[in-house]
Order: sequence, then structure tokens, then C-alpha cells
Amino acid sequence: MIPASFDYSAPETLSEALQLLGDEEAKVLAGGQSLIPMLKLRLAQPARLVDLDRIPDLNFIAEDNGTIRIGAMTTHHQVESSDLLAEKCPLLAKTAGHIGDVQVRNRGTIGGSVAHADPAADYPAALLALEAQVKLVSASGERVVALDEFLVDALTTSLEDGEILTEVHVPVEQEGVATAYRTLIQPASGFAIVGAAVRLGVSNGNVSFVRVALTGVGPNPYRASAVEEALEGGPANAEAFAAAAAHAAEGVDVLSDIHASAAYRASLAAVQTRRALEDAAGSA
Amino acid sequence: MATTTTAPKLKTHVGERIRRTEDPRLITGAACYLDDITRPGMLHAAVLRSPYAAARINSISIEDALALPGVKAVYVGKDVESVGGVPCAGSMPDLRIPNHKILAGDRVYYVGHPVAAVVATDKYIAADAIERIEVDYEPTELVSDPEEALQEGAVKVHPEYPDNVAFTFSQEGGDVEEAFRQADVIVKEKILVPRLAPIPIETRGVVAEYDEGSQELTIYSSTQIPHLLRTQLALQLNMPEHHVRVIAPEVGGGFGSKCNVWAEEALAAFVAMELKQPVKWVESRRESILVVAHGRAHVDTLELAAKNDGTLLGLKLHILCDIGAHHQLLTPIIPTLAVLMLPGLYKFRSFKADLIGAFTNRAPSDLYRGAGRPEATYVIERMVDKLAAEIGMDPAEIRFKNFPASTDFPFNSATGLQYDSGDYATAFNKALDIVDYKARRAEQEAARAEGRLYGIGISTYGEICAFGPSPATPAGGWESASVNVEATGKVAVMTGISPHGQGEETSFAQLTADALGIPMDDIVVVHGDTAKVHYGIGTFGSRGISIGGSALHLALQDVVAKATKYAAHMMGVDAETVTFEGGVFSSEATDSTLTLADVALEAHLCRQLPPGTEPGLAATRFFEPSNFAFPFGAHICVTEVDKETGEVDIQRFVAVDDCGRIINPLLVEGQIHGGIAQGLGPAFQEGVIYDDEGQLLNGTLMDYSIPKARNMPWIETDRTETPSPVNPLGTKGVGEAGTIGSLPAFVNSVVDALSPLGIEHIDIPMTSQSIWNAIHERSRT
Amino acid sequence: MDISVTVNDERFERSVEPRRLLVHFLREDLGLTGTHIGCETTVCGACTVMLEGRTVKSCTVLAVQADGKEITTIEGMASNGELHAVQEAFWNEHGLQCGFCTPGMIMSVDQLLNDQPSPTKDEIRHGIEGNLCRCTGYQHIVNAVEAAAKAKAGA
Repeated sequence: MIPASFDYSAPETLSEALQLLGDEEAKVLAGGQSLIPMLKLRLAQPARLVDLDRIPDLNFIAEDNGTIRIGAMTTHHQVESSDLLAEKCPLLAKTAGHIGDVQVRNRGTIGGSVAHADPAADYPAALLALEAQVKLVSASGERVVALDEFLVDALTTSLEDGEILTEVHVPVEQEGVATAYRTLIQPASGFAIVGAAVRLGVSNGNVSFVRVALTGVGPNPYRASAVEEALEGGPANAEAFAAAAAHAAEGVDVLSDIHASAAYRASLAAVQTRRALEDAAGSA
Repeated sequence: MATTTTAPKLKTHVGERIRRTEDPRLITGAACYLDDITRPGMLHAAVLRSPYAAARINSISIEDALALPGVKAVYVGKDVESVGGVPCAGSMPDLRIPNHKILAGDRVYYVGHPVAAVVATDKYIAADAIERIEVDYEPTELVSDPEEALQEGAVKVHPEYPDNVAFTFSQEGGDVEEAFRQADVIVKEKILVPRLAPIPIETRGVVAEYDEGSQELTIYSSTQIPHLLRTQLALQLNMPEHHVRVIAPEVGGGFGSKCNVWAEEALAAFVAMELKQPVKWVESRRESILVVAHGRAHVDTLELAAKNDGTLLGLKLHILCDIGAHHQLLTPIIPTLAVLMLPGLYKFRSFKADLIGAFTNRAPSDLYRGAGRPEATYVIERMVDKLAAEIGMDPAEIRFKNFPASTDFPFNSATGLQYDSGDYATAFNKALDIVDYKARRAEQEAARAEGRLYGIGISTYGEICAFGPSPATPAGGWESASVNVEATGKVAVMTGISPHGQGEETSFAQLTADALGIPMDDIVVVHGDTAKVHYGIGTFGSRGISIGGSALHLALQDVVAKATKYAAHMMGVDAETVTFEGGVFSSEATDSTLTLADVALEAHLCRQLPPGTEPGLAATRFFEPSNFAFPFGAHICVTEVDKETGEVDIQRFVAVDDCGRIINPLLVEGQIHGGIAQGLGPAFQEGVIYDDEGQLLNGTLMDYSIPKARNMPWIETDRTETPSPVNPLGTKGVGEAGTIGSLPAFVNSVVDALSPLGIEHIDIPMTSQSIWNAIHERSRT
Repeated sequence: MDISVTVNDERFERSVEPRRLLVHFLREDLGLTGTHIGCETTVCGACTVMLEGRTVKSCTVLAVQADGKEITTIEGMASNGELHAVQEAFWNEHGLQCGFCTPGMIMSVDQLLNDQPSPTKDEIRHGIEGNLCRCTGYQHIVNAVEAAAKAKAGA
């Protein structure tokens, strides 16, 4: 359980980091709570690690015109305990509290997690429900892409060689929208077997706004648009939630592994989605 | 009516909740575990293991590894052929013991089989070098599943044998066929008890050092059995035992997994002697989960015969034990313990068991906490519940009906064991009172009316402990203790047991402090070094206090007797007039008194040696028990199952345990709590998973799940104290009780919760997935 | 690479390979063997230390990442011969058996009590979920955390 050799750089500016990443065999180290175990198991053997930890500009949480920008190197603990997020984007803060354990949250970062694209990570459920965007910077420029375009497949993103994910953008939560996150975790790793994030607005007993996203269910976390469509404009009651939640895994190539069969995962997707809807409705 | 008696309280230490004397070094990081040891010039070894469950090794290329700077040597099977194989202590007549070489020869038999060893100046280099060894494997046919292994025409794990039967064992008592003819009701079940990884948080490790001048080999090993290991290493290496010193440093948990003799221990010894440099090998967690003998591994088929009134008549059991490809030290013995304890706490009239050990292309199985008794208790407690359900009797009532009375002891079990002492009904009643059984049943009725799945599970368990009378154990069951009162009056206690978390440095000091009337601070308890303590058997089978403590008790008595003689002589009075109380000798015949320190000094200076007395104030005694001890208890678990997710909420967990007389209640509670965690883990989440190719699928702690703090319920403990008559302390042992008692309580509780759905059994681990499956199956049909 | 790390208020300068894990640096290069290795996959928490005042699993941090930073290990918890309140509570409440997980567990409990001075039992269990103990069933650890919280509140 010892990594193979690699070179290591810890640039203090983003441009320096981008330059170092020009080397094809280089990999970004952004907290390392997934990458370092992979190095130790020698499942990853990069020639160089470019550690973003010493770039101060990548660790911040700031609000700008209704958007909250979170620097890639912001730790899960910082997200979990941010007063700004607790007030203006509570779904993200509470989701961060579900990740791993205290030590992992102290070290792991939002940028590292999103770029690693583990299909069972907690963040993507909340971030997809929040319609988050990520900012990707390369030596030749920068682009902002929606998270659902960024996440391509399990452990695969649209991040190009030489590009660094520098920020995650989430909206300030709308007035009257309540949120919830429900998971059932794989007991050893703490990763989600199923995680369902919900944003729900109710007006006059009807659903005025709804976003539902799931993680752990398929090869990629996803927006459950069938659930959203079934709810939109309809009654916000238990029957409607149950009926809509039944679509939670619709059209998804549901994962099956030693921890949960596809049938179980699909069933949990519906159950946890319904419960998250009920939680949100209850807290509204 | 309680026969619960507490032995008269001795002095001021025994029976008290005293915090441990070993803790200061452990809570400050000062303790020295195996991996903390460094020796001058120490090298580091790493082991290359087979990725295949069965393969021929055509060739091994080590040149690339050797070429790496810092690599001192690479060894493969043929290099270490002079070292004896890994020993097995089994002795049944048809036992087959394939040659268990310390490194594979021309075949590998399981994933993880050691193939080569690298020795380097640094462990980083050793890890790199391992990757540079090229092995040309030719995969061969294999058999992973134990039931398949016994089928006609199955692939043979060891081609030299006609089939995969490693051994058989049968036992019968009473007329079981007659019992089944007389039965009103017969219940049957097939129960799987999966392989468990022991997972002490410290993995195995060994440091070997050889002194050419003295020809002494020193082995530091994270072991529970330093002396047995010394004997076996001496045999494997063909050395006189007195040239081998084994030191068990601080040991970070064992749970049976370090009560073994491992290939890597002899390998490290060989390397140190070859290279004439100390060498360290520390196992990775992946290696640990892969190859450290898994526990349990049973496929049990049971038939239970009973009367309609709940009277148990007879029991038939067939155990198929998946022993893996090779035996470890106690592999064939462990399942026989399951046979012996199968009748549990009940008055069965007859019994018949057949055990068959099957070779498979998997890692060896062997003892793990409880070793045979959890398997027995689990299946009998399931069967009793199943019978109760079948005849519509309350599961508590059926148990009371079949207990021997407290006046029936010593009680002869259907398997020929003599249970030493017991009062099962009192312990069980206590547990029922604590949980308020009637109220819980009423609550259950209310819950069921609402469609909720609420269960109450009972386990009344018995176990066989305090191993044990030597004729009934494979390597001696006695224990040694020495007490030396030093010239300064401080006392050194040397014991042959080898504690690794149990706290005997404290409990032995308590016994000593009371016997000698001195503060615990004046006592040091020495263990785990074959150069410092007399030969002993070690720590396993809940034997530390009962056997090691009894030896100490005898040695303390000798010391007091000798000191009393000195004191009388020094005071010029008759020894019969001298009393020893609170560390002070006094006599009605004189006003003067002497302390133990006064006497100890004189015993060393010997200016006025009493006639016929030898100098010094020390004693060594060996204790051989007349029988095992049989702890017992009742665990009750209340659960509610989430119908939609299969998750189980443990609402109450009550444990009333009787481990005989108690030296330190704080330590007993700790053993019970930890034992329960190792019973509940397998109940709801633990178990290694092999696929058909013999690959272990959950080989890291990212996949193999042991309980975390949030998985554990609050445990409500209480106890009864029925002294054991088989040792002078009256103790029975408590190391394994929690593990044995808790699992069936959980399983019975969940099955009880699910019973309205018609569910009668779910195999362990009862994960949320497997519970959901069962519910889902039912709701579909 | 040359690094300079302050551990338990003492500054150490060493040269290390980039791949060297912080836990090996602490244990082998600095001889601080109180920090243990139990799983190597960021699960068991035996290797927990404080890095810049927050707990981390030192098997999942590179030594080079600690360059210029401050670390506290179990060896730095007691001061002037006085046990830390958490250590004392683990001793009094029998919060350990084999002791192997204990240093990491104590570091996590210290973090927990810094963040939440009077946690509920549930919060305690949540707060130590990154630390595995195979001996105690956690119950005496929970007791120890409650006792430490009380002791700290009274101090």
C-alpha cells in the first residue's frame, strides 16, 4: 500500500499550475481523499502530481449576483460549516455533511470530488438539483459548463487535458424553496448506494418548483426529470410524491454490485426520492 | 431462589471497577507495537501473493526485482524448502494435511497464496520490487464453493487426494432415531454461516533478528501465543527451542487471528538467519482480509425433533466447513467445538452430528472470536425459535421449559460435556425484566396493527471457556505464573498468558494486591516474552483469568506461606500464630509487626534464614484445570425493520451475562460490549464474499464492513455471578460471550419482525439488501 | 524534496520522496510511532493527526503536503506531564482495550469536542465515524467522550 514514485509540484498560482499540467502524465491533486488511496493501491500511477493546495485563490466561498461561487479547493468541512451556504444554499451545506467522515471532510475538496466523478459521491446529487455549473480553466482560456454536461460517465468528465476545474457555481436558493437530501449508504465506505436531493417549492398546495437529482443509482448521477415532470404544477401531497418518485430510476442503467442489486437500488431510488420530497415539504 | 452467590469479597481490589494500569502508555502513544520496533540494520520484507485461486507456476523471474537498488534478496519457494511447513494441530484419524509450504512450490491454491518474498533496505523499495517480479502462472481448474467441492467429479484442490474431504468428525448421544420417531414435530433448516475476516485494527507483523555469536533467534511477533509459536518455529527451523526467543510486543487486537503460526513468521526467521540482518514484515490490510484465516465458514443442515409442548427431544446436524486450501494451526479443531456446544443450554435427550471439512480454492479458515460456539449458538437458537413459531409457543417459554434447573449442576450435556455450574433461568429472567418483555410484546402487537415490522429476539446462550483441561486441548491447557517479591518489596508477576487488550496487567495486579496487601503501583505484570516468563499456553478461548489467574492465585498462596514462615522466624514466634492482613504480619504472641517489604528484604539478605527454608521470596506454579468452564447468559434485541429499505433499527439491546466470579466489572463490561459488536457485525453486515473464480470481492475496509460507532446500539448490560467450581477463582471467562450471545438475538429479532410476512429465515449477514429481498419476494408472491 | 514541518511545536527539517506518506514520515522519519496504520484506505482512522488544527488521516496525506505546516500527534496531547482531558477520560472510562485505534480516536474526539463542546450520544457516534475500533463496541468510548466534555466544561 505504497504509491509508485512520482514528481510533485505545489504551485502557488493557477497559471503556474496550468503550465505544469502541460505535461501529459501529470494529474491534479485536490485534497487527495480519493486519489491518494488509488495511488497507494497503484491503480493510478501518474508521473507528476500538481497539488492545488497552495493556491490561495482556489479556496473561497463568495456570493455574486445571485450566484455562489465556491473555489475548487474549498473543503467539504468548509462547505458544511459555511454560514453563507447555510443561509443561502442549505442543500449544499447539508450534503457536504454526509460525505465520508470528519477527517475526509477536513481534507477533501469540492473541486476534487466533482472532477473525480465517482458515481456514488454525494455532491453531484445536490449540485445537479441546484443546476450547478463548473468553471474550467486552461492555458488558452476558460469556460463555464453545466454540471450535467461535465459529468460524462463513471470517473469520466469532459475536463480536457491541461484544464483545471477552478470553481463550482450554485444559485442562491430561491425564496420558498425547501430542500432535502436522503441517502442509504454502503456501510463500509460511507458512499451512497442511493442519494436523493430535492428542491421543492410549494404554493397553494401545488408544486411550484421542483428539482430532483440522484447519485449512486446509475453510472452517472442524474437529474430525475421524469419525477420533476410528474410533480410540476400538481398537488404537493403524499400520493403525488409517491407516484412521482416511482419514476426515480426511469431510463437509468441501474448499477448492480456486491453491495446492492439493481432491483434494490431502483427501489431505493424511489423510496429515498419520495422521502426527500416529504422531508422538503415538511420543512417548507 | 437465586443461586447467584458472590464469593466473599477479598480486600480492596478484587471486584472493583479499577481503571487499567496498561493505559497510560496506550493513550499517550508511548506503547510499542510490532511496527514500532526498529533494529540496527533492519531490512524490510514484502510478500508477493497469487492473483489466481489455482494455477501452476511455470517460472518466476526475479532479475528485475533484484536489479532495483536497495533490494537485498528475493526468495521463492525452492529457496526456503529447508523450512518446515505451517503446522496444524488437528488429530482426527482421517485428517488430510497437505504440505503447507511457507512459500508456494509449483502450484498456488488460493488467491493470496504467498509466492515470493522481497527483502530490501526500505519498505518503499520492497513495494516497488514486488511489482518487478514476473510469475508465469498457468491457471488451472478450481473449486471455490464448498458444496460444489464435495460433489462427485468436483475439481480436486489437491490432486494427490481422491476428493476434497479434508476430514470428518461424528458424534452421537442418546437414541436420536427414537427421538425423531417419538416427535410430534420436526423442524428443518439449512443455515449458512459465512466466512468472517477477524480484522484486528493492527494487522499481523513480525521482526526477526539472529545473533550469530549466541545463535539466538529473536522473533517479535504480533501473536497471542508466544510460547507455542516458539515451539513451532524451533521445529520448522530445526533449532533447539532455547535458541529461539519470541516476544509479543504490544498487540493491537487478535480475536483469534493471532492465535496461529503463520508462514511469514518462519519466513522472516529464515531471512534474518540467511542475510544475518534483522528483517521486518508488516502485513497490509488487503493481505490481512485476503489471507488471515477467516472464521466460521459453515453450511449447516439441521433437524430438530420435539414434542408439541415444546420439549426438545433430539437434534441432527450436518456441518460442512469450508476450510480453504490449507490448514492453519487449529483449522480442523474449531468446527468440532461447534458440534460439542450444539445443544446449547438445553436438555436434549439425543443428538447426532456429522462434520465434514472440505478443501476449496480459498484462503484457510480457522479460529475467530468464539471459534465454533457462535456457529453452534446461532443455529440452535434459530432452531428453537423456529420450533416455537411452529408450535405457537412463546420463544421465552420454550427456553425456560428446556433449561436444566440450577440444582441439576454439574449438568451432563447431550454431547458428553459436563457444564460446571449455572442458573440459566435467573439470568434469563433478569434480561426479560430489564427489557420488560411483556410490555415489548404488547408494543409489538400495537406495531403490527399499524403494519409496522417490530421484532423481539432472544438468545440464551452457553459457551465453553477457560481452555482447558490439557487432555481435551491440542497443545496443553494449563498455565504458568511466577511471583517474585523483590528485595525492595516490589512485586513482579510473570504469566504465561499473553494479553492483547484484555487488561490482565490490571486484573492480575488486583489479585496480587489483595493477596499481598500492597498497592497495585508496587506490582508489575510481565508477559509475552519467552525469555522472561515461564512456558505458558497463551491468551485465547477466554482462558486468561481462569487459567492464568488461577496459576497466579496458587503462586501467591505459596509466597504468602513462605513469607509467613520468615516472618514467624524473624518475630521469634510460632508460624501458626502469625496472621497476614493488609500486607502486615502480626502475631498474638508479640507486639511487633513486619511488613511484606521487611520480610522480602530479609529473605534476600538471609541473615536469619529459618531452618529448612531457601533464600528468596518467589514462587512458580502451574495450574491445570479439571474441566472447562461454561459461561452463559441471555441477550434480547428489539428491532424495527424499515419495510421499504430493509434497514434495521435496533431499539434495545439487553445483555445479561454470567461469567462466574468477576475480578474487575469495568473490564468485563468492555469485553461484553466489544464481543457484542463482533456478534452484531456478522449479523448485519460482515462477511467475505468470494466469486466462482475464488476471488475475494470485498478485500478492503472500503468494502468489508465492520461496525462503526453509529452502527452500534446502546447496550444495556447486567449480570449474574455463578462461581465456577473448576478453578480456585470461580471465574468462567468473558472474552467471547458477547460475540456468541448477540448474533442470534439480532437475527431472531429481525425474523420475528418479519414473521407477519411469512418469512421464517434469512441468512446472515442480514443486510438491508437481503432483508429487502426477502420482503420483496413475499410481497410479490 | 526538502520539507520543514512543525510537529508538536517542534520544527523538523527532512528530505523526503514526494510519494512518502505523512504517516510514514511521522512514524519512521521522526520516530513518532504513536500514530498507527490500520487500513491504508482512508477508512479506519488509526493514523489520525491534526494538520493545521483539523483532523486528517495521515495515510492519505503526502509528507510534502505538510511542508511549512503544523501537526499535532498523540505525543503532543499531554503537556507538562499532565494528560489531556480526553486522554484522562479514555483512561477513566475504559475507552480502550488493545489501544491500537486509541491515538487516532483521541485526536478525533479532541476535534469533536472543539467543534461541539457538549455533543449528544448521537453526535458523538457521528463525530467518530471516521475511526474504527474493533475492541470496545464504542460504548465506553462514548462514555469517555461525555466524561471529557464534562471535564472540559468544568475546567
